[in-house]
Amino acid sequence: MNDKPEKLIDKKGVRLDGRKADELRPVKVQVGVLPNADGSAYIEHGKNKILVGVFGPREVHPKHLSMSDRMVIKCRYHMAPFSVQERKSPAPSRREVELSKVIRESLEPSVFVDLYPRTGIDVFIEVLQADGGTRCAAITAASLAIADAGIPLRDLVVACAAGKIDDTVVLDLYDAEDKLGMADVPVAYMPNLNAVTLLQMDGVLAPEEFETALNMAVEGCKKIYLVQKEALRTKYMTTVVKEEAEE
Amino acid sequence: MPTFFEKKQLVTPGELLAEGDYQPGENTYMEENRIYAQRIGLVDAENKRVNVVALRAFYVPKVGDIVIGTVIEVGFNGWTVDIKAPYTAMLRASDVLSRPFKPQNDELSQVLNAGDLIVAKIASYDRAHDPQLTVGEPGLGKITRGQIMRVTPTKVPRVIGRKGSMISNIKQETGCQIILGVNGVILVTGKNTADEELAMMAIRKIEEESHTSGLTDRITQLLKEEKSKMEENKT
Repeated sequence: MNDKPEKLIDKKGVRLDGRKADELRPVKVQVGVLPNADGSAYIEHGKNKILVGVFGPREVHPKHLSMSDRMVIKCRYHMAPFSVQERKSPAPSRREVELSKVIRESLEPSVFVDLYPRTGIDVFIEVLQADGGTRCAAITAASLAIADAGIPLRDLVVACAAGKIDDTVVLDLYDAEDKLGMADVPVAYMPNLNAVTLLQMDGVLAPEEFETALNMAVEGCKKIYLVQKEALRTKYMTTVVKEEAEE
Repeated sequence: MPTFFEKKQLVTPGELLAEGDYQPGENTYMEENRIYAQRIGLVDAENKRVNVVALRAFYVPKVGDIVIGTVIEVGFNGWTVDIKAPYTAMLRASDVLSRPFKPQNDELSQVLNAGDLIVAKIASYDRAHDPQLTVGEPGLGKITRGQIMRVTPTKVPRVIGRKGSMISNIKQETGCQIILGVNGVILVTGKNTADEELAMMAIRKIEEESHTSGLTDRITQLLKEEKSKMEENKT
């Protein structure tokens, strides 16, 4: 585990986990997995396993946090102690507090916050297993959970990262590539409105490389969007299929 | 000016529904001449107006709605009531006691206590103020008997049926009194529990199959079958 491999990507353009440069990890999504939450979703993005539960809209507690002209979104990103190889302390770390904020801000533009003033929604993100790119997978699942709670949305938000390993721009970095690679660019995107809601960069990229990475991440988002949309449809399809069978 | 959907198609939030000369209806929004869906639901267009019938939504108070709520707190001059909406409602003491309310003489928790269920009407509500309830009309007030169930608020109109056909049917077949809260809470009161169970089963079936056509007839048939079964068991 600790020895650094010589190359992260070989001459044929095959990465350590056998993927090509512009290939995503397999994504599986399920909606409505938690009956106690108003909305929920579960995502498996490669080896990442993330569970999201959404409550609301409901009254905000404590009351002074509510806003008289809009809905507030509260978001908690949390990694389970067993989500990484070395036990992680369950107390929120600096990184988790930052990611909670970043995820909240990437979801906020998609929600019609001015429709229900003085209310709030709570988004609870629980990372059960982490393998790089958890913020992106979390955003994809959280947006679905919000839609599942019946909260009006401008669009679903999908997220995907791109980065640079061994001087090659690649899509959807996993844990080893993220740690040993040269740069990571997570992007959250609203596919129908063609709008980016999150754009971060960690590492060093030339302007041209950054542009390729961004475009690559957006293409990745579009692919994940199809899976995301299908997951939402599957939950609500059952009732509609019945109708077609009887007509 | 095209539309991008078939009638009753299942759409997800953000899906492009129509472009050009169309009006955004329920659960849709317009941006730069294009209409998108806001919620997961089934699309329909009537006279250039695009609607999405939401499959999942929550109750938003409207003045005049009859709702069923739970008292969650007894306050100084009224009660706080949970009406399964984003906002908790207030019921004022002077509205319940049909005489001037004096804190010295009246113990509010003896009139309504936390946990009590009430049928009430929304008296006032807007963006800036929480809903106010009233019980000053016949049929409203504390619930003393019967059973409570919840359905998704978007499905309440289906339980009522066209011009109340569905609900009157169930009432007739089961002999139960049914009060539908617009917030999705339903009160069923019958002569005995068996009747109530029967009515609740029918309502649950409506919720499950709310998109199907000819549902009223099937529910009637179902109720008749179940009733004859019950008769057999008795003899």
